[in-house]
Amino acid sequence: MAAYSITVNGRTRTVESTDPDQPLLYILRNGLELTGPKYGCGLGQCGSCTVIVDGEAERSCQITVAAAAGRKITTIEGLGTPEKPHPVQAAFVEEQAAQCGYCANGMVMTSAALLEKSPKPSLEEIKEALASNLCRCGTHHRILRAVMRASGRAQP
Amino acid sequence: MIAALSRRGLLKAGGAMVIGFGLPGRGSAQTLSGTDAALGKTVDPTEVEGFLAIHRDETVVVYSGKVDLGTGHRAAIRQIVAEELDTPIERIKVIEGDTALTPDQGTTAGSTGISRGGMQIRQAAATARAALLRIGADWCMIHEDELHIIAGAVGPKAGGVAYTFGQLVGDRRFSRKIDPKAPLKNPKDYTVVGKPVPRPDVPAKVTGTHIFVHDFKLPGMLHARVIRPDAVGARLEAVDADSIKHIAGTEIVRINDFLAVVGEDEWSTIKAARTLKTRWTQPDALLGQEQVVNWMRTGPFAGDETLVKKGDAGPVLASASAKLAATYYWPLQSHASMGPSCSVADVRAVGATVWTASQGPHRLRQICARILRLDPAKVRVIYLDGAGCYGMNGHDDASVDAALLSQKLGRPVRVQWSREDELGWDPKGPPQLLSLEGALGADGKIAAWRTEMWIPKATAGLPNIPLLGPEAAGIAQPQGLSTGQIMQNGDPPYAVPNVEVLIHWLKDAPLRPSNIRAPGKIANAFAVESFFDELAQRAGRDAVAMRLEGLSDPRGIEVIKRTADLIGWENRPRTTGNGRGIGFSYVHYKHNETYVGIAMDVEVDRRSGEIRVHRIACAHDCGLVINPDTVKQQVEGNILQTLSRALHEEVAFDRARVTSIDWASYPILAFPEVPDMKIELIMRQDQPPLGAGEAAAAPVGAALANGVFAAAGIRLRTVPFTPDRVKDAFGRRA
Repeated sequence: MAAYSITVNGRTRTVESTDPDQPLLYILRNGLELTGPKYGCGLGQCGSCTVIVDGEAERSCQITVAAAAGRKITTIEGLGTPEKPHPVQAAFVEEQAAQCGYCANGMVMTSAALLEKSPKPSLEEIKEALASNLCRCGTHHRILRAVMRASGRAQP
Repeated sequence: MIAALSRRGLLKAGGAMVIGFGLPGRGSAQTLSGTDAALGKTVDPTEVEGFLAIHRDETVVVYSGKVDLGTGHRAAIRQIVAEELDTPIERIKVIEGDTALTPDQGTTAGSTGISRGGMQIRQAAATARAALLRIGADWCMIHEDELHIIAGAVGPKAGGVAYTFGQLVGDRRFSRKIDPKAPLKNPKDYTVVGKPVPRPDVPAKVTGTHIFVHDFKLPGMLHARVIRPDAVGARLEAVDADSIKHIAGTEIVRINDFLAVVGEDEWSTIKAARTLKTRWTQPDALLGQEQVVNWMRTGPFAGDETLVKKGDAGPVLASASAKLAATYYWPLQSHASMGPSCSVADVRAVGATVWTASQGPHRLRQICARILRLDPAKVRVIYLDGAGCYGMNGHDDASVDAALLSQKLGRPVRVQWSREDELGWDPKGPPQLLSLEGALGADGKIAAWRTEMWIPKATAGLPNIPLLGPEAAGIAQPQGLSTGQIMQNGDPPYAVPNVEVLIHWLKDAPLRPSNIRAPGKIANAFAVESFFDELAQRAGRDAVAMRLEGLSDPRGIEVIKRTADLIGWENRPRTTGNGRGIGFSYVHYKHNETYVGIAMDVEVDRRSGEIRVHRIACAHDCGLVINPDTVKQQVEGNILQTLSRALHEEVAFDRARVTSIDWASYPILAFPEVPDMKIELIMRQDQPPLGAGEAAAAPVGAALANGVFAAAGIRLRTVPFTPDRVKDAFGRRA
């Protein structure tokens, strides 16, 4: 059992894993009780498990605990709360941009990372940024509206 | 003015039998500790108390047997009760799908969440309202006609002391049969119903604090992964326990061919499941994807059935000079839920509790009781939100997987399916093959129409679809097929003097089938509305004008006109030939429910074979609308999900197994493809609610196919409309 020091939502925590290749997703969900990131495919294809690592939206099912050590990780819980939502989260609420909501974690985190880098993306740029985030309920249109709203622009 | 609780009032309220309905836990995270206090309440659907509890602190708890599958049902139920009781919506809490607490209202399926489930609860609330007025009349010592209810308090219309619900009833028994004649509020007086009240679950869902069944944990819980074979129907010949010996804390559980790995640590369990060496028989009993259409034509069949017979289509078709025939195919598709199925079960000698995202917790309770050999009274099934399922996906399978393992191990067990298992083993939407013939009269109108369908026949009276766990474990369960009502909407909604719908019922299905959103209606409307377009083209008629001409139902007419207006439809040559065009489609769902028109502005790239949808317009009339925003959400979801199914989706399988088992081999709609959408709801608040969960899915395939034809002059009759199929169609035309 090896110990790893990872910084999640501003707090440095020591986590243990018998396997250095354990994906960060399971460390977050089980060890750290951060269940916002969701298991969707384990293949890096759907985006449900997205977290922000050193400013980049990354798939936590594709990052090992060993690779996560020493990096700055933000999960959706660290972005905001129902009482004090991040502007992206507030915009998702405003647009009611969730049906089942299982993919919402990835949508919010990918959009937050996008707006951090590019505060006024075009609609096409938002679509591209979310191209590998899958939604089955068909909430796409509202999600696009929410991201436009969060960037302070008119909604499509 | 709200009176202080008086002792006199308490006594007059009718006995002091406090049964102490405690308040449930927050949100949808229904845990035993959160709701235990309410245990013992009636779940009788004929009793007001089955559905409603009014508490001393003024909260009203609604017990709904139907569940919110991501649809906004939970928001709508609060609105219905707030409206009927005239109490603030913030005071209303909803408990869903807990077999110990909620009446059995049937599975959440067929767009009945509001039209049946919600209306049942509305009548309970109306009965409660009448009773509150009567109790208030006693307290106020005036006739109930002189009372009104404002913000959850009963008081004289003329002014004076008002008594709150909490005072009048709070925590005491409210035993009354639901009165089917209890007066309902006049829709003209609605202040909450018909408003876009925000959903209560969205803030938690977008901040990662919502508890999905995937997030639910119990003390001492084990993680489990069920090992599925490489081939459907394979028998387990050998398990090499040594192959996972090095993965500490994991163990193998085997019940005949039902094989799982369990462990305290989830990742170790996953690793062990991947590492475990097994040997299975190698059956090749499946048809294989390429053989499906051929098999549908040749059977074996369970028989033929004439579903619709109006006039005599045969002779007219035989003698007509202007006639068309075409065949359409809709393939097997997966529910393709974003979150693979998951469940937690805690089975003990004294009883079992199963946390599930099933669309039918009450049905699942009966299944679990049978499989576990427990008295149903000792089985409690509690709904927790899952990933959207759009019908019966793997949720019930996963729940019974967990229950079997928990019973065997005597500990709580969480089963989580993998992506591969979800796409590979969820029950599939069955394939549908349709051949249509139509004849035009000398007047250019459709004189005769015949639809022939080849579809699997659902087994009559089947309580549930056979589940994977019991099948592998060798536990007897009812056998048969479940498909939903896949034969509906096979005939046109327009006036045609001679119509026939003939079904060739197939005895089996290529893969285990189940109901998937708008069962069958999507494929049938795709064929019927595409073929109508083909006939209009043949007749040289405008497709919208010809539809309007054939309708007498004013609601259908309005939906079509509004859809045409929304997209900017112009009566024009059907094929622009410039690669871009507009397709139109209309469905009256099941011929007696929701009315939907859809138009699509479509571009086809001849070189790449790619289809791009630029704009979609939809007018939608589902009668009474409880919450226009959640209805719109359902319409958007129906349209985009079905666009995905029409453009991309087909389950691939060989003789042994499903081979489309990830998002690369089973692609779904992605953001860059998302069109602009305009949706208009026609709200008819004085009409019954007709359902919004499925109807808008039905016209999507034909609107797209008709748009492709308008854009490029090619007719796509086989779903999905892949670039290869588009290029083939151009090739055939050339």
